[in-house]
Amino acid sequence: MATGVAAWLPFARAAAIGWMPVANCPMPVAPRDNSKRQDELIILNVSGRRFQTWRTTLDRYPDTLLGSSEKDFFYNEETKEYFFDRDPDAFRSILNFYRTGKLHYPRHECISAYDEELTFFGIIPEIIGDCCYEEYKDRKRENLERLQDDQEENKDMKMPNMNFRETMWRAFENPHTSTMALVFYYVTGFFIAISVITNVVETVPCGSTANQKDMPCGERYTVAFFCMDTACVMIFTVEYLMRLFAAPSRYRFMRSVMSIIDVVAILPYYIGLVMTNNEDVSGAFVTLRVFRVFRIFKFSRHSQGLRILGYTLKSCASELGFLLFSLTMAIIIFATVMFYAEKGSSSSKFTSIPASFWYTIVTMTTLGYGDMVPKTIAGKIFGSICSLSGVLVIALPVPVIVSNFSRIYHQNQRADKRRAQKKARLARIRIAKSGSANAFLQSKRNGLLNELLELTGTEEDEQKLTKSTSLLESQHHHLLHCLEKTTAHEFVDEQMYEQNCLETALQTYPSRSPSISSHDSSVGTCCGRRVKRNTPLPNASTPSAHPIPTHQGPLQELSAIHIQCGDPPSHSTSRSNLNLKTDDSGRINCKGGRITTAIISLPTPPALTPDGDGLHGPPQRRPSAGTNIVKVSAL
Amino acid sequence: MDGKRVETISARVDAAVSSPDSVEDELELSAVRHRPEGLEQLEAQTRFSRKELQILYRGFKNECPSGVVNEETFKDIYSQFFPQGDASTYAHFLFNAFDTDHNGSVSFEDFVMGLSILLRGTVQEKLNWAFNLYDINKDGYITKEEMLDIMKAIYDMMGKCTYPVLKEETPRQHVEVFFQKMDKNKDGVVTIDEFIDCCQNDENIMRSMHLFENVL
Repeated sequence: MATGVAAWLPFARAAAIGWMPVANCPMPVAPRDNSKRQDELIILNVSGRRFQTWRTTLDRYPDTLLGSSEKDFFYNEETKEYFFDRDPDAFRSILNFYRTGKLHYPRHECISAYDEELTFFGIIPEIIGDCCYEEYKDRKRENLERLQDDQEENKDMKMPNMNFRETMWRAFENPHTSTMALVFYYVTGFFIAISVITNVVETVPCGSTANQKDMPCGERYTVAFFCMDTACVMIFTVEYLMRLFAAPSRYRFMRSVMSIIDVVAILPYYIGLVMTNNEDVSGAFVTLRVFRVFRIFKFSRHSQGLRILGYTLKSCASELGFLLFSLTMAIIIFATVMFYAEKGSSSSKFTSIPASFWYTIVTMTTLGYGDMVPKTIAGKIFGSICSLSGVLVIALPVPVIVSNFSRIYHQNQRADKRRAQKKARLARIRIAKSGSANAFLQSKRNGLLNELLELTGTEEDEQKLTKSTSLLESQHHHLLHCLEKTTAHEFVDEQMYEQNCLETALQTYPSRSPSISSHDSSVGTCCGRRVKRNTPLPNASTPSAHPIPTHQGPLQELSAIHIQCGDPPSHSTSRSNLNLKTDDSGRINCKGGRITTAIISLPTPPALTPDGDGLHGPPQRRPSAGTNIVKVSAL
Repeated sequence: MDGKRVETISARVDAAVSSPDSVEDELELSAVRHRPEGLEQLEAQTRFSRKELQILYRGFKNECPSGVVNEETFKDIYSQFFPQGDASTYAHFLFNAFDTDHNGSVSFEDFVMGLSILLRGTVQEKLNWAFNLYDINKDGYITKEEMLDIMKAIYDMMGKCTYPVLKEETPRQHVEVFFQKMDKNKDGVVTIDEFIDCCQNDENIMRSMHLFENVL
């Protein structure tokens, strides 16, 4: 239940009178409000600034510092106020949270200071309202990145006990760590440059010799160039193998882009070595040499800018794709028009529509080579329209597109963020909903346990268990209990519901229990004998078995409690152990895994193993599908 | 209830300008505020003490700063108490029961009058209120269809995960049981007298009427 609407609980309970004439069974007793405290004003003195609020306002969130008895530690007897030595500005938003139920993040506040305040006052940041949540998360992420950057700088200090492999990998990734790494970095850079320049110079025509015309240097000084190429490739191969050896995850390294570039850069050489100087394949071999130009991409390890450019292109790929698509549309339209316009003219270069593509592209980008020109009047008209629209289509939107890129890029990031947050937000809401539902089921078990204890246990045990739920919660649960009684159906959680469905599908013959026979009329289940039919549940795991009746005689009223234990019950039980166990469970409930009505309440399965079945023999324990269901029968 | 003062800001601003109706309506809707009658008058009209009225109003105003609850907000608030099921249909009937002058919103006076009956009224008054709730078209008779609607709304609040599993005909059967008990002359409708008579003879119902007396 959202505690923000706690003020409306009296209304909801009063409205429950509408169910009374319809119900056929008696209603449960309402919880007593023992502490008839008058609502009083509390003064909170935060570093001198006094805030005042009602006590009930603070009591809305009993799992925070201000809502629980933890604030008694800060109580100042002389001035009769609670003194906190904290930032009063940040405290404003915290107190507003109690008042309105919504936590806001003030934008001028430093994120880490705000986080500290939240932690101090015991408030989980996840309940920040939607209006401020995005901002909060952004700031938090920036802060985290900043911290990580700081950490990475520290990491550059040589860590002891790093083996040779890790040292090598670190040297490869951060060349600034050691002199050797730096030397290696520069040497490889140098050889990449040499290799690229070699490839370029290879094709330049050197001076002519006596008997032959100009031929490219590559063919003239074949041996020299071959040696140069071999040296470069050897260096690159050694580097690649060393990186492969040093990589922490070899498989991941081999899949990375840089390593693929490395492989593509050196592969042509080896293929060339393997292949014989055959006339047929030499054409393909020449094509392979083109791949040597990929060596230039190896520079991206040395240049941060290249990497950023590559990353930007990758992330703007969809926008670029759309740009290309719209351009293609325009090109096809104009090419078609030009082709049909020029069809009539003789000796026209526009032999086909694909041939006209070239003209359209050249014209639209305002290049205008002039190798294809229209000759007919219609062709010229459409040609001029084409070039004009080319100016508009390409030249004008380019700056707009560039700025669009950055805008769309940021927008996409934010949309993705919002989508991710939406999933998280919906998950939170679901958890909160199931949390409050589970809180009710939880308290039902505790409530039945209370009845048990009332008969067998002592007063202190009962009080210990009841203390774990606040008055608000118990009133809300009483309301839900009344609804159960009105409709003569019980709330169960998802698992039991599934089991029930399964069980009713598999049940072959009715049990001897009277309640099953009259289960058609909801009256019989509820009034008359209060036999809660929990027995079929353990059979969900053993479909072939028949329903085992609980220990029942026709005259006894039974109530069986199903309690799911997180860990298997290991001890045998006895009457004397019962009190001991519930002490533990009571304490456990009060301590860590409290079910509260906070917005985020993660229900913890109670580590209860109360088997108070000393009266009726050993309890039946049926481990089913991983959870242990322990049955307790009591009068 | 004639002391109500409903302020609409659009009425004060440039009355000379004739703007299309829809714009004015929008302004009106967003600017409707309501100030309740004074404490003394409410004290006289209801059975709450001054302090109780203060507590009630503070809670009311906190959730609805504008001073009136419309049906959407009402459904929202009520649904938060029943997370497992769908409380909107029942909240709709409840809203109509509280909105005694049927103007589409529940003001603080409506709210407090209703609560006064429910929490501090005589058993007769409470039963009257319940009858009014069940009688959807307020014609003085509860028919089987009306009762079926109410019953379905109540069962909707339970949600899906119940034990025993909710069946289609459960509400209808419940309605049959109800009519068997209440409809003395078997004419297919329940009148207010039959209802009150029958409830007063049922000790379960009598006992449960006093259940919520110490709520506030």
